[in-house]
Amino acid sequence: MNADAPVLECRDVSRTFMIGKGPFVQKKPLRAVQDVSLSIERGEVLAVVGESGCGKTTLAKMLLGLLPPSGGEIFFEGVPLSSVDRNAVSRRIQPVFQDPYSSLNPRKTLASIISLPLDVHKIGTPEERKRRVEEIMELVGLPRRLLYSYPSQLSGGQRQRVAIARALAIKPEILVCDEPTSALDVSVQAQILNLLQELRDELNLTYVFISHNLAVVEHMSSRVAVMYLGRLIEFGTAAQVFDDPKHPYTSALLDSVLTPEPQYGLPEITTMGREFPNPLNPPPGCAFHPRCPKAMDVCSQAQPQPAEENGRMLECHLYDEETAAA
Amino acid sequence: MTTDTADIPDNDESILAVRGMNVDIRVPAGTLHAVTNSAFHVKQGETLCIVGESGCGKSITSLAVMGLLPANATVTADVLKFEGRDLLSMSQKQLSELRGNRMGMIFQDPMTSLNPVYTIGNQMQEIYVRHGKGNAAQAKDRAIHLLEKVGITAAESRLGQYPHQLSGGLRQRVMIAMMLMNDPVLIIADEPTTALDVTIQAQILHLLADLQKEFNMALILITHDLGVVARIADRVAVMYAGYMVETGSSDEVFNAPMHPYTQGLIDCIPIPGKTERGALLGSIPGIVPALVGDQEGCMFRNRCDFAQEVCGTGTIERRELGDLRGYRCVLGPEQAQANLQAGRATAAAAEE
Repeated sequence: MNADAPVLECRDVSRTFMIGKGPFVQKKPLRAVQDVSLSIERGEVLAVVGESGCGKTTLAKMLLGLLPPSGGEIFFEGVPLSSVDRNAVSRRIQPVFQDPYSSLNPRKTLASIISLPLDVHKIGTPEERKRRVEEIMELVGLPRRLLYSYPSQLSGGQRQRVAIARALAIKPEILVCDEPTSALDVSVQAQILNLLQELRDELNLTYVFISHNLAVVEHMSSRVAVMYLGRLIEFGTAAQVFDDPKHPYTSALLDSVLTPEPQYGLPEITTMGREFPNPLNPPPGCAFHPRCPKAMDVCSQAQPQPAEENGRMLECHLYDEETAAA
Repeated sequence: MTTDTADIPDNDESILAVRGMNVDIRVPAGTLHAVTNSAFHVKQGETLCIVGESGCGKSITSLAVMGLLPANATVTADVLKFEGRDLLSMSQKQLSELRGNRMGMIFQDPMTSLNPVYTIGNQMQEIYVRHGKGNAAQAKDRAIHLLEKVGITAAESRLGQYPHQLSGGLRQRVMIAMMLMNDPVLIIADEPTTALDVTIQAQILHLLADLQKEFNMALILITHDLGVVARIADRVAVMYAGYMVETGSSDEVFNAPMHPYTQGLIDCIPIPGKTERGALLGSIPGIVPALVGDQEGCMFRNRCDFAQEVCGTGTIERRELGDLRGYRCVLGPEQAQANLQAGRATAAAAEE
């Protein structure tokens, strides 16, 4: 393994699902993720944002090794993920899912839910596992008396703490959090976000943070990947993307964030008003052009190519060299 | 128990007026006090947002107004009037004549609130014909007109489509058009945009606000999303554990919150450009109390930084600040504002 390489790196990763409606209809390809290239450095929080159906969860599943890419390759510390043993991957990369009501087994006690990864990986003796479970429960702020409780006896916030405790039990380096707070109330969301921040500092974790809530993403992330219909359209540091968004889609997304500031009123409606396109039948050229306020002739004809500028990746015809020169 | 009076204006021009409303639900463990001593009203052309976290009683409040609570719930109120008529003394039949007619409703998930086995047109026409507004042909014309009004293209062809053929945003537009079929004077929208993407959310809220202005309707919007509330509300009622803990104009509630719960809730939300990236967010420790059984004192006291001994006894009276502004806390307004300023100063110091 190469110590200088990014912890995780996607090179032209694609995933296509064949979708068929009924036995006599020819299956159609759904390109959930297309040619995504990005790298995740150790200790950072990489956020993936986009509307539902943009491919962010499919990307997360591939990063976790739960779904093989149909094109391209994911590298884990410079080694192709497909060549690494699944157990070895799961020891270092762990998931936290959106809904703590369905991601915890309702028939198991917290003790057995949290120690499951330790059991699976045969780490330590039963006593050591029990001690580890108690230790980790304290770390995520769960009182010890809940050790033999069942998920149904807990609140949503407590359940999400259990999910985080389970993910951390085997001391992974990377957490892939898929919408970790969207099922929670605002006051509980703040508790969980603070917990994730504290754990990151304490355990030197790397996060892949998937969310549709841009205010949360801006708060948590060091780098941001914006996805649209399976493609990575803008990728840069949080400051680059949030303070100076370049892609019209990124700007539109940022404009539609509603913060609790009554002085601003509702944001203006733009061409974003058009519906999200059908991923089975994506628009030609740049997939965003039917909703784009700055669409040009070329946008409906040619797929824009990724271009890099000051470490920011952009995929938009507005920043093509000819256009920029003209 | 004394009831709040100041939240009801003397001249009764309110479309909906509620005072001293309690909703008790019989559950196996006892009586659950879902809503306690609630008071609010809404006028023509006005938007009232009821905001709070899950289990605070905001949806129960709306269901009580519509008479849609299950049989194990009891509603009592000093005043519960819609267009001057007492809702509590109405029969189910009279109530169902109001619902979908004078009172329009929009629910969170348009997939479950539309009937999957009937076409859009069928469902839109039914509500019109059922309330005796006209025949099927008139209903069809009106449906097409309203679908166009809510921004749906090729409206006529949509009438033959089933709900599953439409996207989430379109379905919610259909729900809104359907609600408008009978010219309601009051719209009750319960989390209308929660199931939608942010980009679609802004449009649906715009649509609601524009239609409300055009038809001069009263709108009660129920949501957990403070961002939505701040942008659309004229007046805000913050609910916690069945109580309306703070009411006021949107500006007042967001810029000078009085109740420690409102103050804490606003602090929990990262605001781009204001909250420092990566800094710890404000948070409210603990969880919402169980509402089963008799309660005394302030329901928020176990999570409150400023709780005192008096918070645990008796009924916490609502403090009236005039102009429908008020809050339910033992702390006086000067103290509440001082706490807010102190909290902000600590946060600012922590950032430096």
